[in-house]
Amino acid sequence: MSTLVIADVQQGKLDGATAKLISAVQKISGEVHLLVVSFNENALTQAKGLSGLDKIIGVTHVGFEHPTAEIMAPLIVSVASEYSHIVANTSTQGKNLLPRVAALLDTQQVSDVIEIISDDTFKRSFYAGNVIAKVQVSSAKKILTIRATVFNPVAAGSCDDVKILDYEPGESKVSFVSAQISESTRPELTSASIVISGGRGLQNGENFVLLEKVADKLGAAIGASRAAVDAGFVSNDLQVGQTGKIVAPDLYIAVGISGAIQHLAGMKDSKVIVAINKDPDAPIFQVADYGLVADLFDVLPELESKL
Amino acid sequence: MKALVAIKRVLDYNVKARPNDQGDAVELANCKMSMNPFCEIAVEEAIRLKTKGAIDEVIVVSIGSAKCEEQIRSALALGADRGIHVQTDVDLSSLSVAKVLKQVAQNEGADIVLLGKQAIDSDNNQTGQMLAALMDCAQFTFASEVNIDGQNVEVTREVDTGSETLKGQVPVVITTDLRLNKPRFAKLPDIMKAKKKPLEKMTLSEFGVDESSTVSVLEVMAPAKRSAGVKVADVDELINKLKNEAKVIA
Repeated sequence: MSTLVIADVQQGKLDGATAKLISAVQKISGEVHLLVVSFNENALTQAKGLSGLDKIIGVTHVGFEHPTAEIMAPLIVSVASEYSHIVANTSTQGKNLLPRVAALLDTQQVSDVIEIISDDTFKRSFYAGNVIAKVQVSSAKKILTIRATVFNPVAAGSCDDVKILDYEPGESKVSFVSAQISESTRPELTSASIVISGGRGLQNGENFVLLEKVADKLGAAIGASRAAVDAGFVSNDLQVGQTGKIVAPDLYIAVGISGAIQHLAGMKDSKVIVAINKDPDAPIFQVADYGLVADLFDVLPELESKL
Repeated sequence: MKALVAIKRVLDYNVKARPNDQGDAVELANCKMSMNPFCEIAVEEAIRLKTKGAIDEVIVVSIGSAKCEEQIRSALALGADRGIHVQTDVDLSSLSVAKVLKQVAQNEGADIVLLGKQAIDSDNNQTGQMLAALMDCAQFTFASEVNIDGQNVEVTREVDTGSETLKGQVPVVITTDLRLNKPRFAKLPDIMKAKKKPLEKMTLSEFGVDESSTVSVLEVMAPAKRSAGVKVADVDELINKLKNEAKVIA
């Protein structure tokens, strides 16, 4: 039996997490197949340049411009019989889609796997990352969302075994109205090697400019705490935490963030953590490798000028 | 139009979870339990939709131990019309919960089923999507805005790239994200009134849904602990440490 990896495709492009998912499932016995569903050929071309794959299954149809769970799930179910494992990323796409697939296959799902121990045993994080469970799955099919950010990507390579599936999406029960896509020239938050995040301490959205200037010097992605997003300083796609994005960069700089457990859940696997906060008792200092107790409005301009 | 809201009793969000002494489950003895915060948002949204006249009745359902009645009463105090308590002491899988909810939704003729996007204990983020699959209906997960006009439902969802707006027709399943609304607090007279609102008790056996799970927990452990590092005196020292000690910047 083999593993089917469902690629995240964003606006016709293969998401960087896909290479991490492929790397994560190498421990599972059998072949690794990648399903790439898109409205154009771009993602498929990108996928052919990855190592670690035995086969790519490509579905290209204009009907998949907006790959809703309602049209994606039946497609995955139609190929599911060949696979012992079906996995997707713990992204909003994967989280939206995979439980719908699991229910159609009458199979339980294991969410947010952070380690694959064997074909049927996995570690997952729950309770905002405060507890890790080792679980064993007895169903014939294992359906998993995997936290791609904790795995290293597979190297570039090539996969020439490409099967093009002629599949027409069915009538969807939902239709697309509009999207508000956050455009940024900075690295993507979940794959960036440096992340600098701001919290309520920034006081307003305009002050995020101070953070952006430092981010530009470091080539960093910008993140935010829930408090900053709730207050309307920045958009929701920047939220790092239990229910937002989970990141694990080489360097995470938390600025004006107190460090609620829900925020720590999203960043405590970062290799090096820096906390800048004027409150010496802020919980963020308990997880920080380097803490600087100071006013961020002094520190940020100084950092910008000295980096 | 009827709305069914599924709610879950969980460890309060202010309590830090830890493994029990046996290392096979999370310690819940003597811990404060509350309604899952995402479920509170779902209840609030249903009440607001009723206030706007988009729906006529709000029914809350919870599946779990006898104590779940507390959370159902809380939802009734906030403004839900009546409750259903499906009693079981088994910690059901998301799939089994979805199967029970499907039957409840069918029995009640619910047009809209609202759920939190995830429970903060299991962090599974599965039940709503599974329920939509079983009901063969539209799913609007991670909702940050809900508009209902007759049978038409339009929802804005929070996604990794920003947000997107989708539309469909009832029946629908909606799962709520953090910024959909800010839940109200119950007022004392409403808490008193809630005690008299109808609450139907059912048992899991009435649904014929399998209690067993194909996922068994072998071990529950605390994550690798991160020790606190050092305090630096100023920006110069910070940059020096990052360059020469941690070697994470050039």
